[in-house]
Amino acid sequence: MKKVGNHTSFSRILIFCLALSLSFSLASYAQDTAAAGTEAETAASAGAGDPVKGKELFNSLCASCHKLDGKSTGPALRGVADKHDREWLYKWVHNSSELIKSGDPVAVKLFADNNNVTMTAFPQLSNQDIDNIMAYTSAPAPAPDVNTPGGKVVVQESGASNNLILGALVLVLIVLVVMLVLVNRTLRRVAAANGVEVAKQDSTISLWQAYARNQFLVLVTTILLILTGGYFLYGYLMQVGVDQGYEPIQPIHFSHKIHAGENGIDCKYCHSSARVSKTSGIPSLNVCMNCHKNISEFTGSKDSTYVEYSKEFYNGEIQKLYDAVGWDKSTQQYTGKTKPVKWVRIHNLPDFVYFNHSQHVSVAGVECQKCHGPVETFEVMKQHAPLTMGWCINCHRETNVKVEGNDYYKKIHDELAKKYGVQKLTAANMGGTECGKCHY
Amino acid sequence: MASNKKYWQSVEELNENSSIVETLRNNEFVEEIPTDEFLGNEEAMSSSSTSRRDFLKYVGFSTAAASLAACEGPVIKSIPYVVQPEEIIPGVADYYATTIADGFDFANILIKTREGRPIKVENNRMSGSGISANARVYGSVLSLYDSMRLKQPMIASKPASWEEVDTRVKAGLAEAANGGQVVLLTNTMASPSTDKLIAEFGAKYPNFKHVVYDAVSSSEALDAYEAVYGERALANYDFSQADVIVAVGADFLGDWQGGGYDAGYANKRIPKQGKMSKHIQIEANLTLSGSNADKRIPLTVTQQKYALVHLYNAVTGSSVNAPAINEKYAAEVKKAAQQLKAAGSKGVVITGIDDVNAQLVVLAINAALQSEAFKPAEARYTRKGNAKEVAQLVNDMKAGNVSTLIMSGVNPVYTLPNGSDFAEALKKVKLSVAFSMKEDETASKATIAAAAPHYLESWGDVVITKGTYSIMQPTIRPLFKTRQLQDALLAWSGNSQSYYDYLKASSSAWFSGKSWNQLVHDGISVSETAPSSATAAAADFGGAASELAKAKTAGDFELVLYTKTGMGDGQQANNPWLQEFPDPITRVSWDNYVTVAKADAAKLGLENYNVANGGLNGSYATIEVNGVKLENVPVIIQPGQAIGTIGVALGYGREAAMKKEMQVGVNAYKLYANFNSLQGAKISKGNGDHEFACLQLQKTLMGRGDIIKETTLEIFNTKNASEWNEQPQVSLDHKEVAATSVDLWESFDRTVGHHFNLSIDLNACTGCGACVIACHAENNVPVVGKSEVRRSRDMHWLRIDRYYSSEDTFAGDVKLKENTSGLMDSIETFGAMEDPAENPQVAFQPVFCQHCNHAPCETVCPVAATSHGRQGQNHMAYNRCVGTRYCANNCPYKVRRFNWFLYNKNSEFDYHMNDDLGRMVLNPDVNVRSRGVMEKCSLCIQMTQATILNAKREGRPVAKDEFYTACSEACGSGALVFGDINNSEDTVTKLKEDDRMYHLLEHVGTQPNVFFQVKVRNT
Repeated sequence: MKKVGNHTSFSRILIFCLALSLSFSLASYAQDTAAAGTEAETAASAGAGDPVKGKELFNSLCASCHKLDGKSTGPALRGVADKHDREWLYKWVHNSSELIKSGDPVAVKLFADNNNVTMTAFPQLSNQDIDNIMAYTSAPAPAPDVNTPGGKVVVQESGASNNLILGALVLVLIVLVVMLVLVNRTLRRVAAANGVEVAKQDSTISLWQAYARNQFLVLVTTILLILTGGYFLYGYLMQVGVDQGYEPIQPIHFSHKIHAGENGIDCKYCHSSARVSKTSGIPSLNVCMNCHKNISEFTGSKDSTYVEYSKEFYNGEIQKLYDAVGWDKSTQQYTGKTKPVKWVRIHNLPDFVYFNHSQHVSVAGVECQKCHGPVETFEVMKQHAPLTMGWCINCHRETNVKVEGNDYYKKIHDELAKKYGVQKLTAANMGGTECGKCHY
Repeated sequence: MASNKKYWQSVEELNENSSIVETLRNNEFVEEIPTDEFLGNEEAMSSSSTSRRDFLKYVGFSTAAASLAACEGPVIKSIPYVVQPEEIIPGVADYYATTIADGFDFANILIKTREGRPIKVENNRMSGSGISANARVYGSVLSLYDSMRLKQPMIASKPASWEEVDTRVKAGLAEAANGGQVVLLTNTMASPSTDKLIAEFGAKYPNFKHVVYDAVSSSEALDAYEAVYGERALANYDFSQADVIVAVGADFLGDWQGGGYDAGYANKRIPKQGKMSKHIQIEANLTLSGSNADKRIPLTVTQQKYALVHLYNAVTGSSVNAPAINEKYAAEVKKAAQQLKAAGSKGVVITGIDDVNAQLVVLAINAALQSEAFKPAEARYTRKGNAKEVAQLVNDMKAGNVSTLIMSGVNPVYTLPNGSDFAEALKKVKLSVAFSMKEDETASKATIAAAAPHYLESWGDVVITKGTYSIMQPTIRPLFKTRQLQDALLAWSGNSQSYYDYLKASSSAWFSGKSWNQLVHDGISVSETAPSSATAAAADFGGAASELAKAKTAGDFELVLYTKTGMGDGQQANNPWLQEFPDPITRVSWDNYVTVAKADAAKLGLENYNVANGGLNGSYATIEVNGVKLENVPVIIQPGQAIGTIGVALGYGREAAMKKEMQVGVNAYKLYANFNSLQGAKISKGNGDHEFACLQLQKTLMGRGDIIKETTLEIFNTKNASEWNEQPQVSLDHKEVAATSVDLWESFDRTVGHHFNLSIDLNACTGCGACVIACHAENNVPVVGKSEVRRSRDMHWLRIDRYYSSEDTFAGDVKLKENTSGLMDSIETFGAMEDPAENPQVAFQPVFCQHCNHAPCETVCPVAATSHGRQGQNHMAYNRCVGTRYCANNCPYKVRRFNWFLYNKNSEFDYHMNDDLGRMVLNPDVNVRSRGVMEKCSLCIQMTQATILNAKREGRPVAKDEFYTACSEACGSGALVFGDINNSEDTVTKLKEDDRMYHLLEHVGTQPNVFFQVKVRNT
């Protein structure tokens, strides 16, 4: 089946050629690399604390409940140092419930404003630590992204001069052709006037006629044409229904590159049923909300390699998730109004095939990437493997069964190993290429 | 030379004056082709803007567009849960224990659900669950997805809300509180919490009555038990304790007393240490029990009553005078009485005759025998109906005394003999409410048709036998706006509790030792203290016997009404699985009919014959009982039918809320006067013939003793296995050798890994057919309908062949065949052997793909669509099959089934696979086959693979007897045993070594992986 891929590449070569020729005529891209201002620099002067240390502390202790901008479990913390007296803040952070109990009016109001959720006490934080955190939180908010929201980074057109040159060249060529025709005509007129006979061509037969009269050549060409045609037709037909590379637009733009790649979340954290079920399962939205309850906006830095879209775009996609699951970001509560997401299914086996994920994932210990490709690098999910029967069978023939530590295989392995005289057994040796193992 | 021959174009030309011939001479067609209709209108033609050229353009464009559109693959959407329930993992089945109690069938079962949809019924093997599921229970899951169900409550046939219903009923009840009768008419629910609830509800109304009505009544048996033991219940029996069973008119392997006796029975039928029970059946219709009996005595019901008196005399030593029995069978009845007496406490007598005296006599005989199989203390509550109270209710209604009538689980307009009277009387009731799953005959006539949920959507508790307590739990959210009776009663009595809370709170009174969660998980709780022995009150048994002896025949024929294995009392009549289920005895599907003895049929001029396409035809007959006529009842000539009796099955002929295809048969309830299965009847030949859909054309075995091998217990105990289980021999190098030792092929080594085999014990198989329906459910087997079945295009992967002997015994057939020689003798003898005997021996043989190690089908497939796996299964790759059908032709067992049509999403086959609701029952692990594809039993490879995968995932070897197929799981009698013969622990491995083991058509050399156990008869 591997060869089939080469057949189809004919069309791809064509497209490639076209693209190549076009790229010469087009301007080169220029990426906008406007750098974002670093928060640390601007914040350094804000207070007595060290905002860099403060950021560390904030991320390790506070970020699970607080955000700089926007409400989470607790209120937004940007500029909190200006709202309260510093001494009061020390007391609050060290033990807020005591402060509430003591009847401090500010504390009681704050407590009531946040759904009566008690803040964890942090007696281990020194006043200096708190100052550091305050320094970090006092940094002014970064200026909003200047990029157009929602789209790719805008391509800057800077190739006007190139086009101009090309246009001029074309013009010159046309002028040349016109001149040639005119010269030719003038010469003929002069010749006619002078009575010069223009020599007629010899009556030798043309190349085409000679070719057409040579039956052998015609036969050979016909056979060649049929063979080439057949070759490409076969290639075309074999890829009918093979959706390798299928990359549909999904209702919510979910980046595996960010989740599985940058954040390193295990595939089976979300696709948990792959361990026990035939289907790997599209994660239900409550799984997303395990993390996205707290992560309501995209915080990745813009110049990282894994970011392909703007922050606003990603935030919009997270908002789509909230709309679907019925989560109100401002009240931090479920509204109960859900809109189930209609994902476009990518990996789609026909009904007459039985495939079980758990057999491959849990029993055989096959890496997800073996069939699904380097998903952790995919910004948009696509079908990596052809999912044809030949592709399945090849793997069954080549892959050794993982028998170690599985008592099921012990007896069978010993007997089969003796029978075939080998220590390693492939899935095919175990009967993994029989029709009825997948078709019933 | 020119020929003068005249060529005839049709028979019509024989007639010289035929106008047709004359017309044809001048015209191509006899009738004018109506071209003018669309071409004649000049004006319309010319004014039309669409020219011929345009038309061609459109055709061209749409063809091109269609082919272009076809290039694009479909976009498939997947919608995951928003919040996934904790217990559901997509792709993994969940099982819930529950209990069916629909008034006719009672069983403790497990429900397999996938993604929240119940898709299959399985047996609950928890100890204490007495009754294993029958074919109807297996089919009941499909009734949940019946598209004709009532989807919301209806007031006066108009859709309404439950709030409107509540207002209406509360007003009606308030009016009734002033003195009018409030009657609750229900089926047998056997639910203690419901009884308590009804009592609380009724206490508010001065004239409240709760009437229990069984469509198929056991009222007399209940009366007799009540008279002796003081409780309205039925005595329980354990046939595994009996050495001699004498059943008089009781089909205890069928639906007698709610059924479920086959497990105990079969246990004692497998010879162990040279012993097995002896079963004598005295009956009129040929039933499942009669077919399995060692000795079957066909007698009219009146004669059966005399036989009971004779048994009574013999056992108790009394001397009640009784008329003599038909001299042909008198000696056999006497012998039966002697054997019964000799067995003493190891004997048991049962009867299904609807006569209090007969029932009393049986109680007396069993008491006198001190029978160990007779368990009066473990009373059964599967029937509770009171025939007298129902009759009284109809009278009260007619008199206008009933103010409010609430019905649940009953359909009296259809099931009462005077159903139309009931419908009339219903009009005099001020408010009638019918809780029903469908807008059936009764619900459509009641003021309010209250949509009731299926039992798989309901809560409940059931006491099937004394000392057990079972829970019914919902396995799916209600599909429609339904409400169960109990919830409605709570609401109407002003109790804001839900029935679930009520049940949970009150259930602890009836069980102990388990928490509520444990109880719901198990589905059943068995009380640890054995039920105290029942004290028998003194009753006049002698008087009952002498009353019984006075019985007289009424009418020309004794009509015995019975229920069919597939249809029961008819409440699941809209279930296509059950309609297509062939009756185990007659092998007829999609019909009920009158069974007539051959001698009687000859007298009446009734006949059965096969037509050219193999279909069975039968005469119509008219049956008259007490002036009620039932016309156009098709006739089946039934071997073994007692002369002077006829039988008709109840439960057919329903019309309301039924798909058109399902409206088959005649309603025999019209003849069920006084709820008595015995009626005096007249029968006469009607006009025309009926077309049956009968699955088996060949009735007898023609002496081929190697198809069903059988022997007697005596020979089995005394002779070598080689004599009664002869292995076929062939000649090799002029020496006789075992046929299995000669082989064309080199055998594949199957000693490694699993090697699946299935054992079928012909002694334990009662032919009940639960496996057939279980197979349907597990493997998405399509329903093809009556006319296709008639063409022998049935799709059952598993069939149960039924054979009659043409001599008195099968052994006689074999002897006759062996003594036949010469051409004329053969023609004559074999011709005669096609006819079964008057009272034949009967044998059942489940046949499905034998999974031959040398499969004839595999070698002829041109595309290698069918191939062999090393685990012994014969695989069938549907996507590879091109439908040549060579395999089916080359299969010696005829087990391959061809999809002649597309049976899903095809309105020509309007069964469950044609609607979204019905398709919810499909098993997602098994492919739904398309048109033009061959299919057959796979030995449930999806189940064996799942078992293996579970073991692999848990990192352990597969446990003993862990493998199941759908049929072996469904087999309550233990006849079908499946397993891995490479595992020495498995039961099937021992069965393979058994002396009784044989393969079907062993001499063909197919080496099947399915094997049978020789049938042993205790004659």
